[in-house]
Amino acid sequence: MSSPDHGHQHDHQAVPSDLALRVKALESLLVEKGLVDPAALDAIVDKYERQVGPRNGARVVARAWIDPAYKQRLLADGTNAIAELGYGGAQGEHMVVVENRPQVHNLIVCTLCSCYPWSVLGLPPVWYKSAPYRSRAVIDPRGVLREFGLHLPEETEVRVWDSTAEIRYLVLPERPAGTENLDEEALAVLVTRDAMIGVAKLPAVSHGAAA
Amino acid sequence: MNGVHDMGGMHGFGPIQYEANEPVFHADWEGRALAMALATAAWRKWNLDAFRNQIEQIPPPEYLRMSYYEKWFTAATGLLLQSGLIARAELETGKPAPGSSKAQPALTPAQVPSMLRAGALAARDVPIAPRFRPGQPIRTHNTNPPGHTRLPRYARAKQGVIERDHGVYVFPDTTAHFAGEKPQHVYSVRFTARELWGEQASPRDSVYIDLWDDYLEPA
Repeated sequence: MSSPDHGHQHDHQAVPSDLALRVKALESLLVEKGLVDPAALDAIVDKYERQVGPRNGARVVARAWIDPAYKQRLLADGTNAIAELGYGGAQGEHMVVVENRPQVHNLIVCTLCSCYPWSVLGLPPVWYKSAPYRSRAVIDPRGVLREFGLHLPEETEVRVWDSTAEIRYLVLPERPAGTENLDEEALAVLVTRDAMIGVAKLPAVSHGAAA
Repeated sequence: MNGVHDMGGMHGFGPIQYEANEPVFHADWEGRALAMALATAAWRKWNLDAFRNQIEQIPPPEYLRMSYYEKWFTAATGLLLQSGLIARAELETGKPAPGSSKAQPALTPAQVPSMLRAGALAARDVPIAPRFRPGQPIRTHNTNPPGHTRLPRYARAKQGVIERDHGVYVFPDTTAHFAGEKPQHVYSVRFTARELWGEQASPRDSVYIDLWDDYLEPA
């Protein structure tokens, strides 16, 4: 994985300069034909820019950590347990939650396109949709995780979930050490998008560090 | 189809390029392209499988060059053209041609929340018996369909075990081509990493793939 300093060589840089114009032209045409209402497009953009994102998934994870009965429901029927917190719908219609444990590490990918649990994580980051991740997550998951700085011991079992159907996956990360006294809200702050995809573990919290 | 989109197991794409604090959209046009694709899909004139199939028609060199949202824009434009909702001449001029428009009511802002809340359900509540049960060993077909499929190349003619039955879903191989829903069971199937990749893989690791009844045979 390249360092964040060099992390701007994304494939969107190769976009032809007229693409923004072509997208604008299509929108103008559809609006003129009465096929699209630009205010509806604004509402969709706003939804994914401001309302849906990994904070949703973090709330699900934090609830599972503090409420064993909820965790049980979440692992048995992800869709309905996530709906209890008000999340669902587009690209989260059918959810399965997989639990990381000391001996088992789960990793989510979509090798065929870019399937991702929008309802709990928002829209996927560029690297998740990119060829390097999609190609290697299934054949060399440990190598991929090392690029993310996660070195798993040989004895850990790695389970890769390739989202080939309409079921969307979410990783339930292990609750970090040092969080015994934190409430649900404080726990949710600790949960990262990458941990819920399975490319990161959550670091232990040292005493006094958590606010 | 054996397209470049079917990337599982390929080498040579280089390191993963991670961007810290990545924005949801890198430019305004990305959000507009996503929103247009969703707003036009709301007519249900095409389904998600047809949309994916449309992306897969992008020639491999272009597919690899394009960003995610350029692919979405390309696929949405293609489906709008194919369905006759816009004409190529209109795309070129940016102006509606007289008499070309087939009336489709525009999605309204008020409809957006319910559209996104409802999603597009691919599960079907129909009584269809599963052909396999959890714990059962299976083998995937050795098949190379020229059309849309969700059986990745790396998982063809491989042995696995049914992990769980997800229930009944529409079949992408037919729905993508508007050839019927052919609802059937989808299973999470566990393949050992060694079955898929040979001795180079860790003996402890496995890949779980969601697969339809029609892709499987008893092992």
